[in-house]
Amino acid sequence: MSVTVVRNGQVCSSTGVVNADLVIEGEYISSLVEPGTPVEAAAHVFDASGCLLLPGLVDMHVHLREPGDEEAEDIRSGCAAAVAGGFTDIVAMPNTHPPQDSVGVVEFVREAAARAGLCRVHPAGCVTRARAGKELAGIRELAEAGVVIFTDDGDPVRDSRIMRRALEYVGFLGGLVADHCEDIQLTDGAQMNEGEVSGWLGLAGWPSVAEEIFVARDILLAEYTGSRVHLQHLSTAGAVRLVRDAKARGVMVSAEVTPHHLMLTDEKATEYDPVFKVNPPLRTAADRAAVRLGLADGTIDIVATDHAPHTPENKEEWTEARCGMLGLETALPLVWDLHRKGVLTLERLVDAMSSRPAHLAGLEPRGPLAAGQRADLCVFDMEHEWVVDPSGFHGKSRNTPYEGMTCTGRVRYTFVDGRPVFRADEKVGENKRPGRTAFLVEEGVASEGPTPGMPGRKK
Amino acid sequence: MSDYSASSDHVPAGAMQEISNHPRSLLAMGDLDVHRLGEILTLTQEFRSVLRRPIPKVPALRGKTIANCFFEDSTRTRCSFELAAKRLSADVITLTEKGSSLSKSESLRDTVRTLECMGVDGFVVRHHASGVPARIAAWVDHPVINGGDGAHEHPTQALVDLATLIEKWGSLAGARVLIVGDVAHSRVARSNVTAFTLAGASVSVCAPPTLLPPGIEGWPVTVSEDLDAEIPEADVVYLLRMQQERIVDDPVVPSLCEYARGFGFTEERARYLHSEAVVMHPGPMNRGVEIAASVADLPISLVEKQVSNGVAVRMAVLYLFFAGIP
Repeated sequence: MSVTVVRNGQVCSSTGVVNADLVIEGEYISSLVEPGTPVEAAAHVFDASGCLLLPGLVDMHVHLREPGDEEAEDIRSGCAAAVAGGFTDIVAMPNTHPPQDSVGVVEFVREAAARAGLCRVHPAGCVTRARAGKELAGIRELAEAGVVIFTDDGDPVRDSRIMRRALEYVGFLGGLVADHCEDIQLTDGAQMNEGEVSGWLGLAGWPSVAEEIFVARDILLAEYTGSRVHLQHLSTAGAVRLVRDAKARGVMVSAEVTPHHLMLTDEKATEYDPVFKVNPPLRTAADRAAVRLGLADGTIDIVATDHAPHTPENKEEWTEARCGMLGLETALPLVWDLHRKGVLTLERLVDAMSSRPAHLAGLEPRGPLAAGQRADLCVFDMEHEWVVDPSGFHGKSRNTPYEGMTCTGRVRYTFVDGRPVFRADEKVGENKRPGRTAFLVEEGVASEGPTPGMPGRKK
Repeated sequence: MSDYSASSDHVPAGAMQEISNHPRSLLAMGDLDVHRLGEILTLTQEFRSVLRRPIPKVPALRGKTIANCFFEDSTRTRCSFELAAKRLSADVITLTEKGSSLSKSESLRDTVRTLECMGVDGFVVRHHASGVPARIAAWVDHPVINGGDGAHEHPTQALVDLATLIEKWGSLAGARVLIVGDVAHSRVARSNVTAFTLAGASVSVCAPPTLLPPGIEGWPVTVSEDLDAEIPEADVVYLLRMQQERIVDDPVVPSLCEYARGFGFTEERARYLHSEAVVMHPGPMNRGVEIAASVADLPISLVEKQVSNGVAVRMAVLYLFFAGIP
């Protein structure tokens, strides 16, 4: 069995952050040893000086765009972006074309992810057939195929009766319904957060209450039916308050927040650059403060990126532009920044970006690193300063709202099942583009010809 | 520029030297400071006298090519920009959405870059979406004049309105302007609030709450819901267009009829104006909705004066923004 040592890192262990060398045998962590301890038969040695070793990150909210919109991203490029961001597991949203509302499409996504051989991809299933909001999708067959998260993301489950039945039925099968909270009548034609900035810019407003009405509805339905519900990308102070109150009552609600709602506000729309157009929209400074506090105190359970790649053609001009921004390759440095500023403890960061989303998505438990655990690691170079340059990104699209921003901290290595799937060029930083060759992929796994068709058709 | 100096008696000498110190594009009224505003108004007077000549044309922009990009229907603004450019001896290309490759789903960026490759020196842009002129300004190397974008701004309309009032009164300092109607969806309102304030007037706004934009508390205006109380105080009553489409999409008021009862400027209401007060409207008017048909034609109405000032003002703008560029 191949032995790998990650030397000189600071390891997030169950006893806190310790200086240790981490030894991997096969797919598992075999031990944490004193730095410099000789390790017999170590075939691969990685230097992690200056780095924090975190459990592999989990992103509950990623748009991989395949099948259907491969110009913007495909499963392989999305996985490349994920591992470059330290993620070892991602949940793929089902708003593909065709949507992930059948076992065939789900299997297609899994197979493409396996061929890419980078991170694990967990396809979410649709709540309603074709995401049309009219009738439940084939939830049992999806659940039997291993789908845990059900969502019509991009759209809310509008019909309260369907939402009620989805909560009951998905819960009974052990899954979790994740809702995109938006009252679409209130947001008809909306372009950005409704407020002072939208008023002056003359862009139709997306009022915070449109989110909060659905947050309240979902909480009440979960409470009434005794089900779990997960609320996606919370963005308003009112939504945080509703979730906080619901948790205090014992309602089984969980929630996520995106890095962009933690970092940016609607002031960014001033130049009409549609890279800042996203749904839910960037909100006010008061909302940002509330979601930060909510994340810190655990009201908001997790950080999820809502990584939404778009081609430049779909991000030209504000009103016509599609909603969404990239997230995977910048998420950890941004949340790390909140930790450095004292907003978030390290324990909370690890919980929100790894253990807790793993739990919600029904993955193997993960947490502080220890012997016997699966060797899914994010090796994070804490002091590395870099300027966000989308031309150096590993995903296909370039629609990052952080271009030109200086970040502190960068992922140096990502390991999945003990296998190094990402290695930042050690000289990367300044202006040098980390080549796509920076991936270490097992021979013969990654480089197999064009993507085959749908599994159903292939047979 | 050398062409123009042949007839430079129409232009204050200072105007030409200042060009490089100012923003390249006119995207919003806020791009203009008091000094620049003064230049435009002075030039407007000069060009007004040019327009009264037997041959109302000067060679100021000879050799320049202006792309008049009207991606939304327009009568006044499109024609007055076109005429202004021609009066300045510029070549003009007029582009509309239907007649261009945009209708073949060419991207907006490709469309304007194509024009630029053909050697256009500047753009005038009208679009139904807010922010499009700002985006185009970011894509091209030449100045962009906003000819009205969505519910954002319409700076040359505001300049026309200022020029019209200043022609009448000489100054707007201390004047009280009452803007009535659909401020939420009005690009004219946004530009005019800035323009009137910059010119020293105080602005109040009167509309039902459903037609006020979010965050209006932060604007330099006072807000009132009682039109009848405001009218006697006003020196200028500025009426905004009330669009039928608005009511279909979003019930901002139950009906145009009901709007007219509460906020229409009727003959009855006109009686409460003081003797010097005037009424303005940016057009196109919905007679019988925001303005009674009879009021629009009263001597207190400056509506036609506004239109006739459109050409001179746009000549001033085109001259200031396009004459100095290489």
